Amino acid sequence: MLNVAVVRFPGSNCDFDTLRAAEAVGARGYFVWHKDVDLGPADVAILPGGFSYGDYLRSGAIARFSPVMQAVQRHAAEGGAVLGICNGFQILCEAQLLPGALMRNAGLHFVSKPVDVTVERNDTPFTTEYAVGQRLRLPVANGDGRFLATDDTLRMLEAEGRVVLRYVADTEGSPYQPNPNGSAAHIAGIRNAGGNVVGIMPHPERAADPVLGLTDGRGFFTSMAAWTPQPSTAKVHSR
Amino acid sequence: MSYRIQVRVMPRTGLLDPQGQAVEHALSALGFADAGGVRVGRAIQLEVAAASRADAEARARQMCDRLLANPVTEDYRLEVEES
Repeated sequence: MLNVAVVRFPGSNCDFDTLRAAEAVGARGYFVWHKDVDLGPADVAILPGGFSYGDYLRSGAIARFSPVMQAVQRHAAEGGAVLGICNGFQILCEAQLLPGALMRNAGLHFVSKPVDVTVERNDTPFTTEYAVGQRLRLPVANGDGRFLATDDTLRMLEAEGRVVLRYVADTEGSPYQPNPNGSAAHIAGIRNAGGNVVGIMPHPERAADPVLGLTDGRGFFTSMAAWTPQPSTAKVHSR
Repeated sequence: MSYRIQVRVMPRTGLLDPQGQAVEHALSALGFADAGGVRVGRAIQLEVAAASRADAEARARQMCDRLLANPVTEDYRLEVEES
């Protein structure tokens, strides 16, 4: 059974939703506190949304130095799967597990509504159940959601095919605002060079059950459940 | 020796600064249409014990590089004075 550690920081607020979405696809989910120094038997670590440490200084800037982040760094280095959702994405960028940064939304408003995004990679642990080019409707809820990176980094992300989700630029057929936070190149989610670390601004856990109104996010969790940990991580877990 | 450090963190030149734009619009609405180029940053003050001014500044620079400023999006400037 897949072990999924949901990392909780003071101010995380999507932790239960995320745990529930993981359990709904048959994973064994459990919480890990920010002061913990290891992730237990985790195959997958998820950094959920919220406002860790009140977003003081910059979103994710303080959480990055939590004891548990050392364990997340190790997990990622060993090939373990890591998903950062919203504030989790911001933390992964601050921790330099992913390039770039997330800045105040271009329109200054906190944006909480559904958006349409396109899946560009289905070879990450969290997107195998989607088709490349598939359009998803997922909620975003952020104030600092404007993805930004240097021109060199943006070129590298495109050249290496590391954009996982992109806001639908053409609103035809979509009642929702494209690129609601002004992200560079309409980027809504990226992955690291190894493909095992993924950060996304939309909230799949809020779109993973019919009672929530949207179900397009469930694929992130079914993909994760179908993902086979790499041998290097399996070895680490057996110690 | 104790030194007071003033850190000024600003959004990197050329990057969209929506807060600065909003403040500029508000100034304009108040009749200050002559104000332009408004940018909003952050000021941080701290004290550090160090053997010399140069040591204090070097230490503060490390703090900025590691935590106080985001190298992707922000520039910072330091002022050091004996306290």
